[in-house]
Amino acid sequence: MKSGKLVLYSVAVLFTLLAPFIMPDFKTQLATLWLMIIVALTWDMTGGQMGYNSLGNIFFYGTGMYVAAVICIALTHDVGSYTNAFSDQVYVFSDAEYFTGVMIGILGAGVFCSACALIIGYLTFGLRGPYFAIGTLGVAIAAGELVSNWDWVGGGQGISLPVFPYDLEQGKIFFYALFAATGVLLFIFLRWLYTTRFGAAINAIRDDEEKAEAMGIHTLRYKLTTWSIAAFFIGVVGGISAFQLIHFEPLETAYQTINLGIFMVVCVLLGGKGTLWGPVIGAIVFHLFKEVTWNYLLGWQWVALGALIVITVVYFRDGIMGWLMSVKPEWFGIRVEKKSEDAMQEAGT
Amino acid sequence: MDQVLFNLSLLGEYPIVNLKIVIDGIMIGALFALAAYGLALVWGVMNVKNLAQGDFVIAGGYVSWWLAKYGVHPLLGVPAAFVVMWGIGWVAYKLVISRVVEKDLFTSLLATFGLAIMMAQILNLLFGSDTQSIKLDYDTLYFFDGFIDVPIAKLLGVLLAATLAACVIIFMKSSRMGQAIRATAQDARAARVLGIDTEKVYAFTFSLNSAICGAAGAIVVMVWVIQPFYGITHSIRAFVIVTAAGLGNLPGVIAAGLGIGALEQYGSHIFGIGYQQAIAVMLLLAVLIFRLIQQRRVRKSLQ
Repeated sequence: MKSGKLVLYSVAVLFTLLAPFIMPDFKTQLATLWLMIIVALTWDMTGGQMGYNSLGNIFFYGTGMYVAAVICIALTHDVGSYTNAFSDQVYVFSDAEYFTGVMIGILGAGVFCSACALIIGYLTFGLRGPYFAIGTLGVAIAAGELVSNWDWVGGGQGISLPVFPYDLEQGKIFFYALFAATGVLLFIFLRWLYTTRFGAAINAIRDDEEKAEAMGIHTLRYKLTTWSIAAFFIGVVGGISAFQLIHFEPLETAYQTINLGIFMVVCVLLGGKGTLWGPVIGAIVFHLFKEVTWNYLLGWQWVALGALIVITVVYFRDGIMGWLMSVKPEWFGIRVEKKSEDAMQEAGT
Repeated sequence: MDQVLFNLSLLGEYPIVNLKIVIDGIMIGALFALAAYGLALVWGVMNVKNLAQGDFVIAGGYVSWWLAKYGVHPLLGVPAAFVVMWGIGWVAYKLVISRVVEKDLFTSLLATFGLAIMMAQILNLLFGSDTQSIKLDYDTLYFFDGFIDVPIAKLLGVLLAATLAACVIIFMKSSRMGQAIRATAQDARAARVLGIDTEKVYAFTFSLNSAICGAAGAIVVMVWVIQPFYGITHSIRAFVIVTAAGLGNLPGVIAAGLGIGALEQYGSHIFGIGYQQAIAVMLLLAVLIFRLIQQRRVRKSLQ
């Protein structure tokens, strides 16, 4: 069992390192795959492990994009005139300015989003179940609408960022590496986190919040911490996406409530809620499915997405991991009494 | 910012503008109240929080709009939308909703969200993404030297909405099925014990809700505009109204509906028409947070 896991992890690490070189034409696709894995993992932190189903995590993605872009620009230029510039004005970023802008922008986006999560969480964590989902969805929609009316950050036009200064292929590898590094870091962090007392506490909140509180767990503090960690990572990947996409606009790219905002939920449900590997597997399966079929559906892809959500939710609620757990419980260290199985077989025959 | 201040000062200088905004808001709000009543019905009876509510409204609007293109009078579009959306609601219930009624609430929320995405996209593919409306060639009434204009078409819309609401309320109060629905809402298990086929009641309730939404949509297309992706805003408005009024509080739903209509008109007068969606959503957050503070006083959570 131990060696099996070791092989699995080393294959995953090798693939992560070599993927952009084995499949050079798919660098951007692989980067997007990592993006999906990260947002699915972060959604599962609150949705799967803590039982708070947010439909508005996309808020942090969009906010991360904007914060990273604004920081990167503000380090060297005036933001208001940059975003409203006409074609005759040229803004130049030197290499050093670009890379410091990217790094500080990404980290700043993460920190800002954590702070946002603390504030929004303080306001909304008294909401339970569906109210929390609708409330957070409301936050994301409202933010998108407000930002698209805010001229200082480009209004509905969005922001265009400087292009990667060297060869574009190198740029793709650079962004892949950023995404992959964030993803690996997040995975290792969560793997550790779910084994600690903290992980047990948030699981207790999911199972019964009143009892958890009665046991002396300060639930609001745990909920805020979990959500702000999740928001940090979403903000970071939002920032990376902003530089990768170069141009983005508020409603379709940044606060894309029904695209990425719902994809992350579907990924987690498909893979299996409340498991470590579920979101990863779900994201990979969903991304493959989406990329293979999307181009052939000609406008019907959104209908297919809606149908996928409905089918997953209604018929396949435990996801791939839940299904595996019921088919192969021994893989998860769950001992099944041999005797009862034999007895059942005898009863069957 | 200057624009906002100017708009505010306009309200003070010409009090008559306030009256116009309130009248406009109430005429729109009557339709919001109708959709919200449907949501409260489904929510109360089967405990399903339907995020596809607004998309039923928009679909009903498209039924009426499509018929009007073929020469059917828009007023006949209202009963037509009622019937068509009844059918669509029944199909949606049998395929999806019947399987999530007994599940936890997030399941039903997400399933209806998937349904909402599907419906919006199908409407988009069938009818295109342009905003549509039906122009009725009726006169406009003018009051106060033309400061306030009330198109008869809008007035007719409000009257239709009121009639429909009255019919539904009388139906719920006096018919056998209405009694069964109310019994199921009180206690589904007891209703089953007493011989009520709750499965049938659920199917009926959901179809009725969908039909009410469809009729509301057919009125919306006469007095306002529809577009395939406006559904989610209508859903959110319905949620605002039900959350603000509470379940099973019919006068509250009507009052909240009219109030939200008026507030939205005020908001879009003060901040500009671009903020209309944002205002609807901000009202939701305001109502949720207000209710939350209320609940916190007694150390309860909103669930």
